[in-house]
Amino acid sequence: MLDDFFTRAILAGIGVALVAGPLGCFIVWRRLAYFGDTLSHAALLGVALAFLFEINITLAVFGVSACVSIALLLLQKKGTLSSDALLGLLAHSALALGLVVLAFMTWIRMDLMGFLFGDILAVSRMDIAIIWLGGAVVLAVLAIIWRPLFAATINRELAEAEGMNPERVNIIFMLLMAAVIAISMKIVGVLLITAMLIIPAAAARRFSSSPEQMAVLAAVIGAAAVVGGLFGSLEWDTPAGPSIVVAALVLFILSLMPLFSRTKTIEMAKPATETQKGTRP
Amino acid sequence: MLQKPDSLVTLDNAGIHRAGRWLVRGVSLSIDTGEIVTLIGPNGSGKSTTAKMALGILKPDEGTIQRRADLKVAYVPQKLAVDWTLPLTVRRFMRLTGHVSVHEAESAMASTGVSHLAGAEVRTLSGGEFQRVMLARAVARKPNLLVLDEPVQGVDFSGEIALYDLIKRIRDEMHCGILLISHDLHVVMAATDRVICLNGHVCCSGTPTVVASSAEYKALFGARAASTLAVYEHHHDHTHLPDGRVEHGDGSITDHCHPDDGHHHHGSEGRSDA
Repeated sequence: MLDDFFTRAILAGIGVALVAGPLGCFIVWRRLAYFGDTLSHAALLGVALAFLFEINITLAVFGVSACVSIALLLLQKKGTLSSDALLGLLAHSALALGLVVLAFMTWIRMDLMGFLFGDILAVSRMDIAIIWLGGAVVLAVLAIIWRPLFAATINRELAEAEGMNPERVNIIFMLLMAAVIAISMKIVGVLLITAMLIIPAAAARRFSSSPEQMAVLAAVIGAAAVVGGLFGSLEWDTPAGPSIVVAALVLFILSLMPLFSRTKTIEMAKPATETQKGTRP
Repeated sequence: MLQKPDSLVTLDNAGIHRAGRWLVRGVSLSIDTGEIVTLIGPNGSGKSTTAKMALGILKPDEGTIQRRADLKVAYVPQKLAVDWTLPLTVRRFMRLTGHVSVHEAESAMASTGVSHLAGAEVRTLSGGEFQRVMLARAVARKPNLLVLDEPVQGVDFSGEIALYDLIKRIRDEMHCGILLISHDLHVVMAATDRVICLNGHVCCSGTPTVVASSAEYKALFGARAASTLAVYEHHHDHTHLPDGRVEHGDGSITDHCHPDDGHHHHGSEGRSDA
């Protein structure tokens, strides 16, 4: 069964979607979309370093992404530049460094497009093993830190006052992000990873009444987008990674339709909702 | 200050130094079991900073903080914005930072009168409802120290009185220590055992008089409110100058500001034992 490249692609894609969904919820809740972008841009530097030192690409990407997130934490603590300026600085410096390092290695002929937009149809059995094992570890760790991470998302000081350690769970969360980017880079490419994190989570929001439900739904919607995108790519001969993201976008747009929306009627019945939110301190 | 055996948290001469200036300095206070301590003071006087030291969120740059080993804190922060992207019902919010059984959550929601909101999304609540939900969550933790940062903000006057009643009842029923921060310099609750006035340091502290004496308050809140709200009045008779020195009401300028340096003149309505 695994001999078929298409089956391997679907298995790999679903594996990534199952991990990206729950993690993507936190990206959405914590407004970290640009942070995800930064880490994935830095992934290209990881790729370049992997070629330079002839090490495993997934490990190198994880290492670089982890370093970038730690650097971000340290720079934020110094508080000299605003967070978004820091993210922009780190993202594009890492991307540019990666491209420069790659250009120096004239002996390497590599397909840059494959890294930018993914090469899901070329995944090996080894890739699938890395995705599913790595993904299982990420999900297990996320389950362990779920309560403090969620509490710190609502209010960091409240979590800290009531005996949790938000700083530690934040660092762990950033490492999980780095891991997800490392394992999903081959599927959708560095430029589209953030989409896999955010779009399924955004699509899941309307159907969810609890954070846990939203995490599970985001994983399911992501998996559906992978299957839909891959079949679409086969049918219309479109690039696989972007097709998956387009499929996710279609699911998101469908989730906005009144027909599918459960919460719509409740919101209509409570027109004061938004104004109350505005006045609440 | 020696730590008393039933003291939950004791701050001794504690201060926080940030970006070249002292946010708050020389704060000594203790919160005992079953006691309500209210912090008042103008904006930027260090109320929240002091509370965060007591909570253990901020480590003092000067002085010491002793927290009892079995301290179980519940905190109601000043601001808590729940984004639309976050699906969070009141029921789920109740067990945000620790396991709370269904029964405990229900009885806590009943005690603050928000049982009917259990299934509602947190972001759809009004200001008063939200404060009650936050209190319910704090109560469900069964804390021995409850810290409330401006719990009545965004709540109308009648709601404010009801919330103060509720806070008093929580203290009476759970016998926990309560540290309350009030945004309103002039209105503090009657049940408060001690009022501590901050203005970058402890300006004065004392027991509030129970009856509101000023005619304006009676006119504002009515006779019913006057029995619930206590007025603790005094005038800030000194100004902190930009260079850190202190200009007193009589025009003299000193390097430091101490409650006992003879420059403070407190209003006769409120008793101060500073």
